[in-house]
Amino acid sequence: MSIELQKITKSYDTNLVLEDVSVRIATGEFFAIVGPSGCGKSTLLRMIAGLIPISAGILKIDEQVVNQLPPQDRKLTMVFQNYALFPFLNVAENVAFGLKARRLAKDEVAQRVKQALELVNLSDFAERKPRELSGGQRQRVALARAIASDAKICLMDEPLSNLDAQLRGKMRSEIRELQQQLGLTLIYVTHDQVEAMTMADRIMVLHDQHVQQIGSPAQIYQQPQNTFVANFFGTPQINLLTVQHAVSDQLALDSFLKFELPTKLTAGTYQVGIRPGDLLVDFNQSQTNAAVRNLEYLGNQSVIHAKLDHGEEIRITVANHLAVGINQRLLVTAKPNFIVFDQQQRAVLFVRGGKQDGTDQIQQFQQA
Amino acid sequence: MMENQVAKQNHFWQYLILILLTIFILIPFVLGFWTSFLPTAEISKGALWSSHLSFDNYRAAITQTPILRYLFNSLVISVLTMLAQLVFCSMSAYAFVFLKFKGRDLLFYVVLATMMLPFEAEVIPNFATVRSLNLLNHYAVMVVPFLTSAFGIFMLRQAFLQLPEELKEAADVEGLSHWQFYGRVVLPYAKISLLTLAAYSFLASWNQYLWPMLTTFSDDFRPVQDGLRQLQSQESFNNWGMIQASAAIVVIPTLIVLFFGQHYFKSGLNEGAVK
Repeated sequence: MSIELQKITKSYDTNLVLEDVSVRIATGEFFAIVGPSGCGKSTLLRMIAGLIPISAGILKIDEQVVNQLPPQDRKLTMVFQNYALFPFLNVAENVAFGLKARRLAKDEVAQRVKQALELVNLSDFAERKPRELSGGQRQRVALARAIASDAKICLMDEPLSNLDAQLRGKMRSEIRELQQQLGLTLIYVTHDQVEAMTMADRIMVLHDQHVQQIGSPAQIYQQPQNTFVANFFGTPQINLLTVQHAVSDQLALDSFLKFELPTKLTAGTYQVGIRPGDLLVDFNQSQTNAAVRNLEYLGNQSVIHAKLDHGEEIRITVANHLAVGINQRLLVTAKPNFIVFDQQQRAVLFVRGGKQDGTDQIQQFQQA
Repeated sequence: MMENQVAKQNHFWQYLILILLTIFILIPFVLGFWTSFLPTAEISKGALWSSHLSFDNYRAAITQTPILRYLFNSLVISVLTMLAQLVFCSMSAYAFVFLKFKGRDLLFYVVLATMMLPFEAEVIPNFATVRSLNLLNHYAVMVVPFLTSAFGIFMLRQAFLQLPEELKEAADVEGLSHWQFYGRVVLPYAKISLLTLAAYSFLASWNQYLWPMLTTFSDDFRPVQDGLRQLQSQESFNNWGMIQASAAIVVIPTLIVLFFGQHYFKSGLNEGAVK
C-alpha cells in the first residue's frame, strides 16, 4: 500500500500550518516525519489518517484518492503518543477493541489478539488493566492494537516520547523489527532526530510550514539542503562558520582553518558547515588559532568547545580522552569534508574528500 | 519543632470545633431516633428516659399507616427519575462535547442558565403544564418534569471533557459510530461521574416535598416525604412515637445510597488523575 501526497496544504482560517507537502511513500517503507515541535508534523499525520480535513491538495492511498474517505475506510492503524488505551478494558480487550468494532468473527478476534500479544511479548499480561502496566508495556499494548488489525499502513505519532532513554532504544529496534516482519508501510512522526536517523528508510524534515528536505538518513546527514537541516541532525551540532569570500579556490577562516574548493564560487558571504568530527586538533604546535572553552567527556569520545581567535565558537569531537585545561591553546584544521551554504542558507556545494559531491541534489529537490 | 507544635495545636482546635459541630448537628437525629423507641404517652410528658423501650412504634407504623405504600411510591419515582436523568443527561452532554453543530455552545449556556432559576419560581407554570397534560395525581407528574437536569448535563459534560482527545481519535480510526463511541468508550470512561449523578438524582427525587404536595392527592401516589406530613394531620392526636418511627424508616434508603455512594463521591473528585 503506497501513500502519495500531492501539494497537501493545511490552514486554519488565514493561519497557514502546512504548505505544499508532496511525497510518495512506497509500500513497506519506514518513513519518518521529523521537525521541531509546532512544525505541523502531527497535523500532517492526522490528515493522512483522516482525523482532520485537508485544506488543499490530493492524498492517495494505494493509488486511490482518499481525501473524502472517513478514517476507518482508509485501512490504516494509528499509535498515539499517550497510547490512547481504554482504561476500563484489560490488555486483551484493548487489542480486540477495533476488531470487535469491525465485527470480525469471535475466534478470529481471539486468534489475532493472541498473535499480536505474542509478537510484543505481552501474552502473560492479557488480563491486566492498563494502569497496572509500566510505560513500556502500555506502549507495547498500543503496538499490539495496531498489529492485530490487518491494515498494512501504520501511523505513529511520537510513540516513544513518554519512555525513558534506555527503554526508548529497546523499543526503537522492536518497532523496526515488527515493521520488517509484517511488511508494514509505516509513517513515524517524531521530534527526535536520533529516532528518525536510526529507524527510517527515508526522512522528511518539516520546518516553517514547509518541507525542508526528503531523503535517506545518509543523504540528510551528508547533504543537508539548508542550514536548518544541517543544524537539526547530528550530535553535537554541525559548525556553521561565516566566511567572506573573494574569488579564489579556497574559503579561509584564518591562515590555518581553510577549505579548498573543487569548483569556483562567486564572491560573497558564505557559511561553511563542518561536522565536529571532521575537524582536527593539535595541542603540540607552536602556532595556534583557538582556545579551549569547555570539554565534555562522553566515554567513547570527547567534545571540545573551543573559541577561534577571530571570535567564532566551534565544537570538535575527538576519539580519545584528553587531559586539557580550560583556555589551553590549540591548532584547529579541517578535513576536506564540508558543505557550503549561500546567504539564503541553501546548500550550494558539498565536498567529501576534497571532491565535489552530489551536485544536482538541489535541482532534484526543487523539482520534487 | 516549634512549627510542628503550632501545627498540632491548630489541629487540636480544628478537631475540637469539628467535634462540637458534629454533636450539635447530630443531636436532633439521635433524639428523633431515640424517641422512636419510646411510648407516645411518655414522649408527651417530655420524658427522655423510659423503661418501656420497644419496637412497638415501628410495628404500629407499618401496620396502621400506608408508610410501605409511600416507600414503594417513592422508590418507583426515584428510580425512574434516576434512570431517565442518566440516559438523557449523558446523551445531551455527549452532544455538547463530541458533536459539532452551529450554536452548540450558546445552547449549552441556555441550559446552564436554567440552573440559575430556583425551582420554586417554576412551580406555577409547571403546574399549569402538567394539569393540561392531565398528569395530576399520577407517578408521571413527579417524573416527567425531572426527566433531565441542567446540573446533570453540566456535570457529565465536565466529565466527558476529561476524556483524552486521542481516545476519540483512536475510536475514529477504528471506525466507531457515535452510538458505539458513546456506549463503549464514553460511558465506561465516565462511570464514576455517572454513579455520582445516579446517587444525586435518586436522593434529590427521594427528598422532593413541595412538588408532590401540590400534585398528588391520594395515598396511591404520594411519596414518603409528603406521606410523613400526612401522618401528622391524619391522627386525632399525634402519635409522635409512631411518626418518629416512620421518619426513621424513611431515612433508611437514603443512608443506603449514601453509604454505597460515598466511596464513589470521594473518588469522583480525582477521576482525571487516572489515565
